[in-house]
Amino acid sequence: MEIRPILSALMRSKVSMILIGLQVALTLAIVCNALFIIGQRLERMNRPSGMNETDTFWFGSTGFGQGYDAKAVQQSDLALLRQLPGVANATPSNSVPLSGGGWSTGLNLQPKQKTSTANTTIYIVDDHAIDTFATHLVAGRNFKREEVLPAEFGDRLQPSVIIVTKALADKMFPDGDALGKQIYMDEEPPTSTIVGIVDRLQQPWPESDTVEFATFVPAYMPYANSTRYLVRAEPGRRDEVMKTVEQKLIEANPSRIIGKLRTIEGTRKEAYAGDRAMAIILGVVIFALLAITALGIVGMASFWVAQRTKQIGTRRALGATKFDILRYFQTENFIITTMGLIAGGILAYAFSLWLMRNYQAPRLPWYYVPVGFVCLWLLGQLAVLGPALRASRVPPAVATRSV
Amino acid sequence: MFAYYFQLGLRSLRRNPVLTALMVIGIALGIAASMTTLTVMHLMGSDPIPWKSDKLHYVQLDNWDVNNPYYDDGRPPDQVTYKDATALMEAGKADKQAAMFKIALPIQPENPEVKPFQSLGRATYADFFAMFEPPFAFGGGWDRRQDSEHARVIVLTRETNEKLFGGQNSVGKTVRMNGIDYSVVGVLGNWKLRSRYYDLTNGAFADMEEFFIPYTAAIDLKQRSSGNNSCFKTSGDGWDAYLQSDCVWQQMWVQLDSPARLAEYKSFLDNYVNEQKKLGRFERPLNNRLLNVTEWMRDQRVVSRDVEVQTGLGFAFLAVCLVNTIGLLLAKFTRKSGEIGLRRALGASRRQVFTQFLIESGVVGLSGGFLGLLLTGLGLLAVRALYTEYKTVAALDWTMVATTVLLAIAAAVIAGLYPTWRACRVQPAAQLKV
Repeated sequence: MEIRPILSALMRSKVSMILIGLQVALTLAIVCNALFIIGQRLERMNRPSGMNETDTFWFGSTGFGQGYDAKAVQQSDLALLRQLPGVANATPSNSVPLSGGGWSTGLNLQPKQKTSTANTTIYIVDDHAIDTFATHLVAGRNFKREEVLPAEFGDRLQPSVIIVTKALADKMFPDGDALGKQIYMDEEPPTSTIVGIVDRLQQPWPESDTVEFATFVPAYMPYANSTRYLVRAEPGRRDEVMKTVEQKLIEANPSRIIGKLRTIEGTRKEAYAGDRAMAIILGVVIFALLAITALGIVGMASFWVAQRTKQIGTRRALGATKFDILRYFQTENFIITTMGLIAGGILAYAFSLWLMRNYQAPRLPWYYVPVGFVCLWLLGQLAVLGPALRASRVPPAVATRSV
Repeated sequence: MFAYYFQLGLRSLRRNPVLTALMVIGIALGIAASMTTLTVMHLMGSDPIPWKSDKLHYVQLDNWDVNNPYYDDGRPPDQVTYKDATALMEAGKADKQAAMFKIALPIQPENPEVKPFQSLGRATYADFFAMFEPPFAFGGGWDRRQDSEHARVIVLTRETNEKLFGGQNSVGKTVRMNGIDYSVVGVLGNWKLRSRYYDLTNGAFADMEEFFIPYTAAIDLKQRSSGNNSCFKTSGDGWDAYLQSDCVWQQMWVQLDSPARLAEYKSFLDNYVNEQKKLGRFERPLNNRLLNVTEWMRDQRVVSRDVEVQTGLGFAFLAVCLVNTIGLLLAKFTRKSGEIGLRRALGASRRQVFTQFLIESGVVGLSGGFLGLLLTGLGLLAVRALYTEYKTVAALDWTMVATTVLLAIAAAVIAGLYPTWRACRVQPAAQLKV
């Protein structure tokens, strides 16, 4: 097809061509990287926490005044919670996944090991934990009632038995034989025996590199006068239970404060608010960018069409069909866009490199740029379609008129 | 003449309303994106106490595990131990000094209509108030003597005083927390901090504390901090073992009024750590740091990476919008070559043509700027909805309003320069031949 005349016409308005090309280039580079970031965030947000999120909620209880017996209250609270209508199960737990605050410690295979084999979060719970979190045992057994011992906060934590997540078990014992093994939670003996492995449970910190390294430790251990409880309601009855819990607990023991009741769904939302915001902001920028670029192409093409009305009329008078004219403008746009896209491809990788260097971002996967090429080609062709159709409708008679 | 060119500009813009709208919206969107992100970044990272941020220094000592640094890149821990904090307080070598930690206590109001509630506070020393200069509505801070007497006194924030005493002057009244009475010595006024810079470990944008009590009195409670606590080995059983341990859970600030005092304090710290090394602590190499407020904020990334990336993106978007506007103006001015030729032939100088077209682009910029300002306001509202903890940093101030308008005009004029320059190079003769 007639590339030569198109090129020579383009060379006469080099600056406009460069401007459109530059716009396309920047758009491609930004859109590729922004889409990649959005993809990463969505992936993070979609990771399962390993627990039942829809029916569970958690809260803290803090006693006050002299003579408040946190351990006794904990026992009576648990008994009360578990027999409340609508409650499936309840456990004390110092923290919950996604909450942002918790306890982490190193696990060792040897006494006095210099660097820990793995870092884990610790959920201090009782024998109802697996059922309350609704995580699943894949090997071994649950804690026995008599293994859950009272402990003082701040004392050495050296439980005789622990339950770990599969991810943590595989890290500590890559051969897959973690069950029954001894590990050190402290520098010195006694050791703790892995009696159970659950399929999955996240740490409280979604940004953690080792987000699925979690350990259940059996103990009744209030934090000073405070205890946190995790409660799983029967399916569909969470909100109903949440309404009555505070009042029932206060009635049972008025010298304490029940903190805000928070659903795990709400906790998840808060945990990923930043990622969600980033994805939305980038999405809006991508949309605006594509719109501006498309409108820019429309504007520029309209001007070219207007500028060349006479020329078009002449071509039509000399025998060019409407389709020839249409094709001329579509091809012209294709050439400009392609040049912009080539520059944009390089720029996209340059941006990615800059993000990698300054923000420890992962490398942009190669396929983003080709997919971006196709999208922007389509965008360009669609944007130019309107002005090109208008051009194709210029009557040949225009050639005979003077300006 | 200016008024005339202005009119010409307006008339010319009215002739192609769609194109004009396209240019104005382009600039407005570019401005809004860049200014929204820049405002958040600017306010997040802005110096919270500009008149003395270079005098306030955050003490960091490297008491960490000899085999594993606290941060992978070797920076020392972001907090200090009880042992070191109290030793430095006792030495008192700085002009002012305050160790502090975050504490949660249940408040039991006297007024039976107010339910007991859990509140977050800060245990610190008398110098805190002189160092960080919160405004007082009633009373004032406690004094150093009360620090050493472990006095049960309390400073309330305005909000807590509102809740407990209906906003009345409560100095001299008592507040009961966990069964212990504290007497009110001061009530803060409106203390709005953009970031809680004196405790970045526990969240720069977390909720403000609701009360302040003496550190010494808080230690008597034998209650751990409600903030971050990091240990590299177990502390042993009981409260006293915890106090003697190498767990870090406190913040230590010093005020040093001159560079000479800073140098003195540095060597004092080095001596202190070297003495401790003799006792078998501080096994890592000497790695003390005394960052000032702004350095510490940068170190702790108060301006998050996301916000930086968003700002970069905002400006890249502005660049695209500008390129877009240049292209459209160029096309437009090129079409007006005939008109320009005519004006030039009738005696207009190149300079006059230049002025006229530059004003035309200026008008586009100004309209884009005002629309952009409006959109920036909306953008900041959106940021506040998306990041609920950014209440204090997603707000326009006058500097940012002025910056926005100036940026818009500058953007449009820069965008208009090349097309204008091209326009005034038009040869009258070439255009008048038809």
